Amino acid sequence: MSEAIRIYVPIDAAALSVGAEAVANAIAKEAQARGIAVELVRNGSRGMLWLEPMIEVETPEGRIAYGPVAAKDIAALFEAGFQNGGAHGLRLGRVDDLDWLKRQQRLTFERVGVTDPLSLADYRTYDGLKGVEKALSLTGAEIVEEVKASGLRGRGGAGFPTGIKWKTVHDAGATQKYIVCNADEGDSGTFADRMLMEGDPFLLIEGMTIAAIAVGATKGYIYLRSEYPHAHRALQRAILKARNAGVLGQTVLGSGKAFELEVRLGAGAYICGEETSLLESLEGKRAIVRAKPPIPALQGLFGKPTIVNNVLSFAAVPWILTHGAKAYADYGMGRSRGTLPVQLGGNIKRGGLIELAFGISLREIIEDIGGGTLSGRPIRAVQVGGPLGAYLTAQQLDTPMDYEALAGIKAMLGHGGIVVFDDSVDMARQARFAFEFCAKESCGKCTPCRIGATRGVELVDRIIAGHERPKNLAVLRDLNKLMTDASLCAMGGLTPMPVMSALNHFFEDFDRPPAERLPLAAE
Amino acid sequence: MAAHPAWDEDGARLIIADLSHLEGATLPILHALQEEFGYVDPQAVPLIAEVLNLSRADVHGTISFYHDFRTAPPPRHIVKLCRAEACQALGCEALVEDLAREHGIVVDSHDGNRDAVVETVYCLGNCALGPSALVEGELIGRVDADRIAALCGARQ
Repeated sequence: MSEAIRIYVPIDAAALSVGAEAVANAIAKEAQARGIAVELVRNGSRGMLWLEPMIEVETPEGRIAYGPVAAKDIAALFEAGFQNGGAHGLRLGRVDDLDWLKRQQRLTFERVGVTDPLSLADYRTYDGLKGVEKALSLTGAEIVEEVKASGLRGRGGAGFPTGIKWKTVHDAGATQKYIVCNADEGDSGTFADRMLMEGDPFLLIEGMTIAAIAVGATKGYIYLRSEYPHAHRALQRAILKARNAGVLGQTVLGSGKAFELEVRLGAGAYICGEETSLLESLEGKRAIVRAKPPIPALQGLFGKPTIVNNVLSFAAVPWILTHGAKAYADYGMGRSRGTLPVQLGGNIKRGGLIELAFGISLREIIEDIGGGTLSGRPIRAVQVGGPLGAYLTAQQLDTPMDYEALAGIKAMLGHGGIVVFDDSVDMARQARFAFEFCAKESCGKCTPCRIGATRGVELVDRIIAGHERPKNLAVLRDLNKLMTDASLCAMGGLTPMPVMSALNHFFEDFDRPPAERLPLAAE
Repeated sequence: MAAHPAWDEDGARLIIADLSHLEGATLPILHALQEEFGYVDPQAVPLIAEVLNLSRADVHGTISFYHDFRTAPPPRHIVKLCRAEACQALGCEALVEDLAREHGIVVDSHDGNRDAVVETVYCLGNCALGPSALVEGELIGRVDADRIAALCGARQ
């Protein structure tokens, strides 16, 4: 028998959600029946989610993609000789030639979809661990300086300069410091953290290890949301492998520096994406937001100096150390340097993960790359930055993806999620939902958020029902101002952003004759 | 889903003892108890409090804060349906209405008689392939009301 043919079938949860497991099983069965030796590799997803399950075959010409493939297509694919890259209706061509991928600048996601996520050998082959090796040759202060020079800003949403946070922890005197990864990716429309943790978990481990070396921390936690069971498995296995290989443990790569890492599961509370609430949760308590100061960099987990960063912030660091701060900072615009993994979802024809330098316009992403709505109807609203982000109109889409440019139109970039709605959306209902979500997920510590969100739901219901609209609209604007100004954290403070953007840009939805629809409360 | 054993104090004590060395052990213990028994029995509260040197109020407070923790035995099957914005953009609210109207399944209703329950969650991280559901650890994309009803029915 000739050498086994290598076939890649993604193990990413999104690919599994549309049948990748059945495809993998069908390939194994069909290959056996035909006496063809096949090596199945379960890779991450390339991020072309509308083509999932997308399988790839290794050929002398490179990896050839087919998709979206269903289990029932497998026999025909073998018949067409797909195992040698043969022609078939589902053949997409060489992966490296696919326009969707060619347009991207993949730095953080360079290995996702390419490698077997749980193969440390693959990871090394594709430049893995070079960042941590470099870090071990530098002093902590030099690592921090490199991260600062790269211009990297926190990818969780707030956009705080990562290097400055690290410097604060580096300079803090303490016997125990912690590295905490915020993997509580709760924003609707975001899935980059999940794809990275499933598709290249060693990268997150490496990024956190570099942070630990930089500031002298010996213990790290990944706080992962419980809605991500696939990522949980991938991380646990990767940590075990890293420990067995001496990447983690008492002496990281033989350096004598210790770093232990553990995954902790959240329990379905959106508020845990807020860093102080996350720390409370890690300590085993109700996830009630802490007042700042003190900042977590000085008094974080168990009162010790703690770096809390998003998955994508840590994951950007190995590339920065490997290729240099300047190479990273050469991407981007203004004060937004480097690349941003954009997540395109909702009512979109070609949704998925697109990593690009900052500065591309929303329209280019949604219309050119994403192909417009899935329903084929006109785009009416686009929510950028998760449930606390603004709703933009189709006319505002020429805004570039950049922290400051979006702030300039009273919107925010957040974690880089874009959710597209067609013209069937009712924006008054979306505003109501923003309050409803806040009411359900508020930690309850501060009054503007705890009480304001519930009053907000009632107000929008009255407006929809046509009760004293001018007066209730005035109260709604007043409530939004109060929540913005007086809430303790972003949950209450930013809930007005989707509400006010809906109200300001889509007023007609708040001004319809009530007979046209019933308010939710009356249904 | 595997059937869970009935609440058993000795079993619970073993689980708690096994994890009590962890920093901030409360959540890992609660998850482990729920995985074993399907829920966190209120009788576990004093056991956890004693081992972790916390007050019973602290432990009860933690349990009641988080949506995930149940304090009564769950229905046999749980379908978690995403109703966040990205799935709303693909009609998950119409799906919820269809479920009630055509299949008699009311989301988030725990009336006790049903073998399966459909629960609201916010975001499963499958925002380009929604509406999405999570059933017994498996993510399912592009669902409609019939599929959800089948997932409930087939598993009864």
